[in-house]
Amino acid sequence: MTSPLQQKLKINGSSVVTANRTWDGIVVYRTAAKGWSADLADAAIVRNSDEAKALLAEAVADDVGAIGPYIAPVQVDEAGKILPGNLREQIRRDGVTIDLPV
Amino acid sequence: MYAYDEIDRTLVNERVLEFRDQVQRRLSGELTEDEFKMLRLQNGVYLQLHAYMFRVAIPYGTLASNQLRQLAHVARKYDRGYGHFTTRQNIQFNWIKLSDLPDALADLAEVGIHAMQTSGNNMRNVTSDQWAGVAPGEIEDPRIWSELIRQHTTLHPEFSFLPRKFKIAITASDHDRAAIKVHDIGLRLIKNEKGETGFEVLVGGGLGRTPFIGKTIKHFVHGRDLLSYIEAILRVYNQYGRRDNIYKARIKILVHELGIEKFSREVEEEWQHIRYSSLQIDDEVIEDIRSRFIYPSYEKLPHMPDELRQAAADPDFEAWRKNSVAAHKNPGYSIVTISLKPIGAPPGDATAEQMDGLADLADKYSFGEIRVGHEQNLALPHVAKRDLPALWKALDKLGLATPNVNLITDIIACPGLDYCSLANARSIPIAQELTRRFANHELANLIGRLHINISGCINACGHHHVGHIGILGVEKNGEEVYQITIGGRADESAALGNLIGPGVKFDEVADVVEDIVEAYLALRERPEELFVDTVKRLGVEPFKERVYATR
Repeated sequence: MTSPLQQKLKINGSSVVTANRTWDGIVVYRTAAKGWSADLADAAIVRNSDEAKALLAEAVADDVGAIGPYIAPVQVDEAGKILPGNLREQIRRDGVTIDLPV
Repeated sequence: MYAYDEIDRTLVNERVLEFRDQVQRRLSGELTEDEFKMLRLQNGVYLQLHAYMFRVAIPYGTLASNQLRQLAHVARKYDRGYGHFTTRQNIQFNWIKLSDLPDALADLAEVGIHAMQTSGNNMRNVTSDQWAGVAPGEIEDPRIWSELIRQHTTLHPEFSFLPRKFKIAITASDHDRAAIKVHDIGLRLIKNEKGETGFEVLVGGGLGRTPFIGKTIKHFVHGRDLLSYIEAILRVYNQYGRRDNIYKARIKILVHELGIEKFSREVEEEWQHIRYSSLQIDDEVIEDIRSRFIYPSYEKLPHMPDELRQAAADPDFEAWRKNSVAAHKNPGYSIVTISLKPIGAPPGDATAEQMDGLADLADKYSFGEIRVGHEQNLALPHVAKRDLPALWKALDKLGLATPNVNLITDIIACPGLDYCSLANARSIPIAQELTRRFANHELANLIGRLHINISGCINACGHHHVGHIGILGVEKNGEEVYQITIGGRADESAALGNLIGPGVKFDEVADVVEDIVEAYLALRERPEELFVDTVKRLGVEPFKERVYATR
């Protein structure tokens, strides 16, 4: 399988790097402070492929912290709030769209 | 029930220790994710959208009550209080932490449950008829042969690194409840003219991106030759199966590309090398396995006890009985299917409380045994008919008496985009809306047997290709779009459904299904003509016209 770093990156607008935390699997976002946060608001925003590649390379290097990092689209509204860029990322941020059985 | 021997218990316990060490090394950074991924997959651990997902095997769908209680315990202690029963007689936990997994596995091992080979490119859980051993007219219990294959293939080095995953299903009844024609190998247990047990062997069935109905490769393989013949198939697959392209790696592609004649010649040649080897099964081996299946001591009970006669006056009981209760090989007993498809709820989910409650009911009414079917329902296989009214009331208290087995609201659905990292679209909300649309029990009964299958991506975990109505979610320009097929079926007359036309949006799916059903009700020749038979008689056109006339 091709490494995320070898894949061609096409960035259309604002993006973040997201992954799942290794020890418990929860959704996390790469921060500008070279760490991970469970809050999308803390995510580092990248806007072109060079920035995205650099952030992704840094995330991939932290193999113990989180797994499967990739670039995900986001939207940044006028107030600077970061919103998921598609339904998949919305579900990853907000959880399932259904009521759990318990 | 099957009683594991010391070898099985040792194997399962050693596996827990091994995985505990692997997890510790992963969390410490000693193992990278690339190194660890295959190890976790070999223990049923996937990474999904929100968390790790843990898939636990339920070999041939047979569970003891103490095992079900332990699954409830795992759901409660390590997950979010529920589990999801799958289309291959497994259960999945969706929210488990990697750091908790060794403890969860250890707890399961206490009752002989494991997660070996529930993922990865190896031999998966060997599935069977959930009514095995109790279905009237069954030739013999197919689980004995499932267990033989399970023992032979578990951790078998030759089958641990196949080109792709490999699934086997076995049935021994005329009516196929195990979907053998859409498995890599499907086995239909039969007898030869001497009355000896053997198998019609099908190969190359499967769903996913490229669906195929399995083809008969050999009309009769004697039971003593079963392992060598399966091994010959696997050797040919191992040698020629594509490893360069994941989308072409399943055996169905190899069988299709070589053609069944050439493929079977290759298998035959290989088989002759190994047929008369240690793979030939002695009768004693089969008898040893058979002796480890513990069958209930049935009482001689009346076919129509007073309790059942009196309860028949209650229309709610009768509605449930008609759809949930099936004939048993012993006339005083019944097989009871437990619907995990309440109106408006995710298909196949059961809470820890429901699992505990059902385990108690299994002890009280079904000799402590529970079955799991590929339709994502459960069953109690040995219920005395006199106990049916009391069981129904108890199930109702647990929310497990929805009277919709085999009806339009008994929907098979994959987890879809709500959980799955592969999915492109949601499945569960579509299923929920459809169950609300057809919640009226009289309407559902009027429609009759109709299976809806929903998958959230082309991998087809919801078996949409073989749904009477199949719904496939895809992503188009950032939107969820659903392609709809009709006329599929997964039984002994297995067929792939045909597309009725362009995909429709999320909000339109339930309307489209309503249109299809209305067309069926208008077109069927008589109430007994099932939806799938009407489609076979008329083709897709009348349904297509109805659906797209106003769209």
